[in-house]
Amino acid sequence: MTSSALHDQSVAQLVHTLRSKQASAVEVAQHFLARCQADSSGTFLALDEEATLTQARASDARLAAGSASSLEGVPLAHKDVFVTRDFPTTAGSKMLEGYRSPFDATVVSRLAGQGMVSLGKLNCDEFAMGSSNENSAYASVKNPWDSSRIPGGSSGGSAAAVAARLTPAATGTDTGGSIRQPASFCGVTGIKPTYGRASRYGMIAYASSLDQAGPMARSAEDCALLLSAMCGSDVDRDSTSLDVATENFSAQLTNPLQGLRVGVPKEFFGAGLASDVHRVVDAALMQLQAQGAKLVPISLPLTELSIPVYYIIAPAEASSNLSRFDGVKFGHRAKDYTDLVDMYKKTRAEGFGDEVKRRIMIGTYVLSHGYYDAYYLQAQKIRRMIADDFQRVFAECDVIAGPVAPTVAWKLGEKADDPLANYLADIFTLPASLAGLPGMSLPAGFGEGGMPVGLQLIGNYLQESKLLNVAHQYQLNTDFHLQKPQAA
Amino acid sequence: MTGTSWPGSPYPPLQRMPLTAQDIPRIANLARLELQPDEQASTLAKINDFFGIVEQIRQVDTNGIEPLAHPVAVMQDITLRLRPDIASEANQREANQRSAPAVERGLFLVPKVIE
Repeated sequence: MTSSALHDQSVAQLVHTLRSKQASAVEVAQHFLARCQADSSGTFLALDEEATLTQARASDARLAAGSASSLEGVPLAHKDVFVTRDFPTTAGSKMLEGYRSPFDATVVSRLAGQGMVSLGKLNCDEFAMGSSNENSAYASVKNPWDSSRIPGGSSGGSAAAVAARLTPAATGTDTGGSIRQPASFCGVTGIKPTYGRASRYGMIAYASSLDQAGPMARSAEDCALLLSAMCGSDVDRDSTSLDVATENFSAQLTNPLQGLRVGVPKEFFGAGLASDVHRVVDAALMQLQAQGAKLVPISLPLTELSIPVYYIIAPAEASSNLSRFDGVKFGHRAKDYTDLVDMYKKTRAEGFGDEVKRRIMIGTYVLSHGYYDAYYLQAQKIRRMIADDFQRVFAECDVIAGPVAPTVAWKLGEKADDPLANYLADIFTLPASLAGLPGMSLPAGFGEGGMPVGLQLIGNYLQESKLLNVAHQYQLNTDFHLQKPQAA
Repeated sequence: MTGTSWPGSPYPPLQRMPLTAQDIPRIANLARLELQPDEQASTLAKINDFFGIVEQIRQVDTNGIEPLAHPVAVMQDITLRLRPDIASEANQREANQRSAPAVERGLFLVPKVIE
């Protein structure tokens, strides 16, 4: 096999290529690094050839010694909200420009523990707050399918890098849809596991009761390999880590779909869904039916309320989490100030971007005296009603399927000054986030402008294997996940 | 004034209770953010836009519903774990202070707070 084909190989194929010595880990890393270095779409925030090659040489030594781990030598890149020793970590913010973590996030060390080689750090919306990647303090990532469009967010760099074949896989994080929506917009496969499955240790916190890490790659088969490596209890370091055993998420991929009950929520197909996305998602549902699944009409009546509920709870948690950025222990500090409080205020004014400031303001307000019950507590009560609704419908169906987002990726700048328009576009990913359920996006076709459209699958708690099974069976019968942008 | 909502919404926008220009500096102070006058105006407009849809949640009857703080509490009992109060991490003072803006003799420096 020639090295020019390396970037078209899946994670599973690269494992074989490395094991059978068709290419060394250093050769594979160099091949991808050359592509990353040539990228001009703002996808990466940090590359360090020597750090990557040092990891690759260690993989080659293990491969030669016969002590290779399951994903030995396969490259990946991390969303820049995971702290890393080998690369700077900024979370897409000026606040952390030049920051070096003294430790690796658990997710980073678990993937390295399976032999994966890190190519660098991927661009994202500042502190993972955004749906377009335009809130990055460094650069707006361009969508590889159309450079005039956004890649989605907040894991926009992760999705764009996988779509453009700069990396076979990437980590992402999903608070309100930040893995699923960019996966949909860039035509890649991504999964957010059950809240608590993957450790949040070393993942810079945005909204702690919602944040969850997950993989993004080109297929469900690859996502299963990565998710198996990423997940596992971390009870000493993450107080919300679930105490459940590690799982081989590839084990059920080959199960047939015969008899599978697929719930189709009517609220996901209302007036706000663009006709091109509607058409693609309908065709995907027909495909699942043709493979033996049974479509079951269901209702999730509070779907629309997930928008205000999420945009109260997440900013409330963010306003608390981001209070650590005060110019004392790490990160930016203002140059001129009169006293300690003035130093805090100027440091935070200079270090944070507009959307982060806005969410801190909303969060501070809804938690403040006199408003806590009306907003924050009421939102948490509706959050329980939303979660209870899911349990009601999971009595009637095994998985839920629908659109990921109401439209395809929009144009850069189109909604940049309209935060509410961005919030509304999160409507279909927020319900599963609020309930803490696993959800994924897989390529299902193309809409307006030839842009990718994803199918969202939502499962009950700890049912990631079922989601990956459905996605894999769909991908065995379709080729949308194999199509790539011309630029790649 | 009416808010924007999702097309076909069963929850029509209510009359808003907009924040006023006086609220912004008060909240900004609580949040320890210095906002310039032009930023204050745009923040006020955008937050009030958002509160147009937030008012929808006040129309929902949540009598008798327990607030949900940890999503997986729906699936299983969640008790927050405590670990023994024993130092388990190695001392990495130097590494931990490497990214600090101002450090002297192993201490973080801040402006004088006691006269």
